[in-house]
Amino acid sequence: MSHSTHEKLASFRQEVRQFIQNNLPADIRQTVRDSRLVSHQETVRWQRILFQQGWAAPGWPEEYGGINWSPTERAIFDEECAMGGCPPINPMGLSMLGPLLIAHGDTRQKQRYLPTILNSEETWCQGYSEPGSGSDLASLQTRAVREGDEYIVNGTKIWTSGAQSADHIFCLVRTDSTVKQQLGISLLLIDMKTPGVSVRPIIGLNEMHFFNQVFFDDVRVPVENRVGQENAGWTLAKAILGSERLHLSRTGENRGLLEDLIAIAKQEESDGKRLIDEDWFRRKIGSAEVRLKALDYTKQRFLQKVEAGETVGPEISMLKLQGSELIQSFDELLLEAVGHYGLPYDPAWMLAPRTESVVGPEYAGTISANRFRHKGYTIAGGSSEVQHSVIAKNVLGL
Amino acid sequence: MMRFSLSEEQTMLQESVDRFIQDSYSFEFRQKNIATEIGYSENIWKQFAELGWLGAALPEAYGGIDLGPRATMTIMEAMGKGMVSEPYLTSVVFGGSIINQFADDSIKSSLLPLLISGQLKIALAYSEAGSRYSPDNVSTTATAVNNSKTTSNQQFVINGSKGMVLAGHCADKIIVSVRTSGDRRDPYGISLFLIDRDCRGLSFHNFQTYDGLRASEITLDNVTVGSDQLIGQLDHGLSALEEVLDRGIAALCAEALGCMSALFGLTLDYLKTRKQFGRTIGSFQALQYRMVDLYMALENSRSMVVVATESLNGDASVRRQEISAAKIQINEACHLIGAQGVQMHGAIAITDELAAGHFYKRLAAIAATLGNSDYHLGRFVEKYQ
Repeated sequence: MSHSTHEKLASFRQEVRQFIQNNLPADIRQTVRDSRLVSHQETVRWQRILFQQGWAAPGWPEEYGGINWSPTERAIFDEECAMGGCPPINPMGLSMLGPLLIAHGDTRQKQRYLPTILNSEETWCQGYSEPGSGSDLASLQTRAVREGDEYIVNGTKIWTSGAQSADHIFCLVRTDSTVKQQLGISLLLIDMKTPGVSVRPIIGLNEMHFFNQVFFDDVRVPVENRVGQENAGWTLAKAILGSERLHLSRTGENRGLLEDLIAIAKQEESDGKRLIDEDWFRRKIGSAEVRLKALDYTKQRFLQKVEAGETVGPEISMLKLQGSELIQSFDELLLEAVGHYGLPYDPAWMLAPRTESVVGPEYAGTISANRFRHKGYTIAGGSSEVQHSVIAKNVLGL
Repeated sequence: MMRFSLSEEQTMLQESVDRFIQDSYSFEFRQKNIATEIGYSENIWKQFAELGWLGAALPEAYGGIDLGPRATMTIMEAMGKGMVSEPYLTSVVFGGSIINQFADDSIKSSLLPLLISGQLKIALAYSEAGSRYSPDNVSTTATAVNNSKTTSNQQFVINGSKGMVLAGHCADKIIVSVRTSGDRRDPYGISLFLIDRDCRGLSFHNFQTYDGLRASEITLDNVTVGSDQLIGQLDHGLSALEEVLDRGIAALCAEALGCMSALFGLTLDYLKTRKQFGRTIGSFQALQYRMVDLYMALENSRSMVVVATESLNGDASVRRQEISAAKIQINEACHLIGAQGVQMHGAIAITDELAAGHFYKRLAAIAATLGNSDYHLGRFVEKYQ
């Protein structure tokens, strides 16, 4: 890599860092720093600040309000956001549906939906999984029957993050049950306020409300809200996952957990000394950090390949697979670091700064809640087992 | 930010070494080679010299081609695929870089041309019984002799012993770390001397290692050496030694990568052809998932080899961490791919006949050479203050 490229990237990094320092609201930064739950309002507030700066949709083409960043610049942006205490953006509109509409939507759909995704005026959720269709997504049963200019949708979607606050849902539905499963699926855009749509909250293991089940009871959806051809939805759904795979390694998030872990190990006491000075614990941190390095550098290597115009195929799945498992390893080490003070639990500690004194150190309060939440990382978005299968089949040819 | 892909020059170099291994270094040849008295081939060594590989990373002024550490990486990776037993790591990477970076001009101009043309081999004796992998743990002493009034060439007398000197059996000269002051574990007081193989008081006990390579235990009994054979500064040899060891580790990691990719390839082929229960064994999910874990270990190693190599151009404290991180990653991958490569081949791989088992042995040896994971993890976590 040439010297000037190197300098250009360094100054880009500095620019991003400076922007975050000056513009990220202190209360949101504090929520992230305390590892508390970022509310829908906080996420939207931050996304609007990014929108004002023109940085809301790094992955989009410039004509739609995106930025012409290289994959490496985008990775730097993500890293700086993670390290600077920015909340994660809501990927549903900006990272998933937006690029899909740009590539496969018609003019009306682009004009109707892209601007409000970009400025975060409207938010989206994703209707993929169903009670009977988890890892085997193609077996989904929610039916859409054509009736004139409308589809009548009946069925249910589950694990729908953010459905309680979303304005719309992009939904995979079955439009033909007489053909091979993958060939009878279409993608519909459905307004959550349409009569017949209802949402049931699902409370997670950490006693928090992330997930929902969404029911469709004779929901009428205009045919013009179908993206792409009828029965082409499966290919589109896979394209969504494909465009984002490069950025699913969670290296920034992992680095944040590593830093938390080191900071906590310096404060915890063990046998009359700091936990960080215990050789057995230092070595556990070290092993995890080496895994993070290997993941991070492999991600950078893939990014460089993409920039050089080489094809990077399904091997990218290894980034998601390893990144999500590493998050869980850091969670286990964090819990180990705080010992039995990982046990006291109140979901309220995830929602607001603790005011009254409670048992255990302040930093221990959210570790368990986040750990339970992160258990979903190796299940959602293609479970670790699905990723293994993808690599075995599509990379190794087994 | 570092560049991961090879330059055109490096790609050509890689292809030429790959081709050489393919054409002239079959598994059968390799097995015959390690079974000879010296365990490698002087003829092959001459060909390496003629092809320019012995001087790939050494200055043009001495007959090298000065392509930098990436060239060493490229060559070592390709050699790993063939389990080459010629002493490239010890003579070229250790010997060549220590002379090139730290010796004075007269030693450089007399030795480097010989080394590059294949007429001189050098080994590095840094370890001792009880010091394990730590280069700062030195009890072999070099005592200044008090009789040099008339000459600037101060004489030293060396006493002690050195262990696990890789390819010591064929070295014409040995670089030995000795204590010229301080206590056994002091970072200060370590010096490096260049001594002739046939000097008085130096004796070798040569032996074979389980991967077919050779090493030596060396005893130094009143070996006399002059300060004109001092490499680097008196008492300040440790940082030079550490730097050269790190160069060796990066090269060894590259060799491991070649070795692992070869075994991985053999294993993948086997999974696709071997049939049991009426189907290829690669159709069983248990083996598929395991193979994916090997694949990820291989790809992570590929990244870390570049990281280790690039760190050789940078700051010493960063280099130290990146090298240790790389060696930990590669050691774990060596164990995983070595052990599972054999396991998935089944019984045929625990015979002497099949290459797979020999890759396993070489990989296990690499993981135990120049610092195992325990050693490097200890070094890596020094930064948590």
